[in-house]
Amino acid sequence: MSTIDQIDVKVVAIEQVAPMIKAFTLEPLKGELTPFSAGAHVVVEMDGSEQRYRNAYSLMSDPNDNRQYQIAVRLQETSRGGSIYMHDQVALGDELKISPPANLFAPAWRAKKHILFAGGVGITPFLSYLPLFKQREVEFELHYLFRSHQTGAYSAELAAEFGDQCCCYDADQGKRCDIAEVMSGQPLGTHFYICGPESLIEAVRATAEEMGIPASAIHWEEFAGAKPGLPFKVELSRQGIELDVAADSSLLEALEGAEVDIPNLCRAGVCGQCVCNVTEGEVEHRDSYLSDTEKQSGQVIMPCVSRAAGGRLVLDI
Amino acid sequence: MRVAPKEIQSFRDDFTYTNSAAAIERFPFPFPEDEYRYSVNIEAHQPKGGEGSAFEHYIDIDEHYLSEMAERELVLKDMPNRCLVMEHMDLACWEMLERYMVSLAEDYPEHFTLTRDGDSWRWENKLLHIDDHFTFGDSATLPRPPLDYIGRQVQGDFALMDQREGNLFMDAGMVTCPADWSLAFDAGMSFDEWHGPVPMVHNEGIIDRARKYLMALPVGQPVRRLNWTLTVNARMDTSSETYNEWGHERASITPENVGEKIYLRVEVQVLDRMPRSNAVTISIRTYLLSLEDLVTNKAWAVRMHRTMKTLPEALIHYKGLTRFHGMVVDYLAQFDPAN
Repeated sequence: MSTIDQIDVKVVAIEQVAPMIKAFTLEPLKGELTPFSAGAHVVVEMDGSEQRYRNAYSLMSDPNDNRQYQIAVRLQETSRGGSIYMHDQVALGDELKISPPANLFAPAWRAKKHILFAGGVGITPFLSYLPLFKQREVEFELHYLFRSHQTGAYSAELAAEFGDQCCCYDADQGKRCDIAEVMSGQPLGTHFYICGPESLIEAVRATAEEMGIPASAIHWEEFAGAKPGLPFKVELSRQGIELDVAADSSLLEALEGAEVDIPNLCRAGVCGQCVCNVTEGEVEHRDSYLSDTEKQSGQVIMPCVSRAAGGRLVLDI
Repeated sequence: MRVAPKEIQSFRDDFTYTNSAAAIERFPFPFPEDEYRYSVNIEAHQPKGGEGSAFEHYIDIDEHYLSEMAERELVLKDMPNRCLVMEHMDLACWEMLERYMVSLAEDYPEHFTLTRDGDSWRWENKLLHIDDHFTFGDSATLPRPPLDYIGRQVQGDFALMDQREGNLFMDAGMVTCPADWSLAFDAGMSFDEWHGPVPMVHNEGIIDRARKYLMALPVGQPVRRLNWTLTVNARMDTSSETYNEWGHERASITPENVGEKIYLRVEVQVLDRMPRSNAVTISIRTYLLSLEDLVTNKAWAVRMHRTMKTLPEALIHYKGLTRFHGMVVDYLAQFDPAN
């Protein structure tokens, strides 16, 4: 059958593309990779000595290239381990497992024009947009905000290739992006995309609302996955076991650590695959998948990002 | 394929369609429990049931292949708009053609051969005596546009959904054997819109959950679900457009002919993500089995009786069974020892 499970890949190149960002080129151990669509991501599985990490990374290579994939990883100061592992442990020739690509951040192809806001390592999904924008001759602008002491990968190459269509704002050189100015005067039917920190997403959304730009024309992807919180206990009522969820571990990771298999894709509270039923305890919802009604009901949780609001949760697992 | 294609039989007029004993044995009987209830009932489209099962391969080719392809030609000749493709779906159609040709050639090498040299492709379909050379991605090099071309060579109906604006839109398809719906009517609609008429599912949030699930479907992990209804006579094309030709047949059912004329119609629906276009394809493969053939399997006969007996009123109406549902239950009762 035409199914793809996890894909075994080998690291064939590692490049420091910014002070805090490394790019990894991955080739399949056998056969070809599947092509993918602009904005797609894969989940990379890393077998650490003490812990298994799974992080989602945007594919930034040309979507039509089925020989290799490229991802970029920013070293996160508050990392729960995955990005540190990628930076410090992964070496040329190492083997990793990745999921098949999934896409929660595709371009709205019917837009009249596309305005991309990239913040730091948030440039990665847009790198897969650009070859297709070029091929389909669509109108676009890329606004790339970064701090060259940390990020800013490929900024010189992008500026050289796309000229006026690419504006770089290096905060470490005192260059700021006037978001309102970028967004004003754009033709009707323009769509706006943001990939970057929450503050950038909020700034663009707020500006859009002030300007009366419909919410349906704003698309964003947060690259942050689970954030740490307070430790808590979780009881799996059907299995009759209790687990500790450490401060820097997600509930999903704790479940996986106990070999409880939960389907998942994005590990960032967006795709909805890992939803679990809650029978006791209060939830601190941190996802953007559940509706407000579902959140208020307190009966479901997205374990990839959300946590207990108190010391204990009981799940119907 | 364990069931070789047989000579052409008809799904209209004289209805010469029959199922062999082997075809009855491999029929995808859809009811897992005695009481029927709605659910999202999606499972991974992995092989199931072993050699010869309807779930052995990605695409199931069976003894009705030639008959269904002949029926499709008749429908399309009459109503070319049973195949509709919006301009932005071209890439998705090529991807579907690729997925189908690759899996048919792998799974049925005695009938289908695909030879690829970069974008230069050669496709041989020995069952339909087709041998074409073409350039992948260039519609001018195929005798027909890609969906129209491959759709005439694969059993089942097909729809392609574009994913945008937080929803799925039915923007292309080939539909010649639908269970009382119309592609021309649903084309361009969102997932929520075309499921609008389905009773009972909206309060339970089933449509919402199914849509969110499909929108997150990854590449290479197709899923399937079963759907069913009852059809009078072995008629493949029960579309809204031809209602005038088949609607009145519901009144022809009597207690004497119900076993022979009522068919359990099962759809195996396979949903799959296309890698480059991010479109979701759905194939709807229809299997027809008369009640009198169905009751040759004792376990099915009992299960079928109990399921029909507990079917909610709203579903009886929605599925168009009102005129003969009682006769179906009475006919099946004789095979259920609990009665």
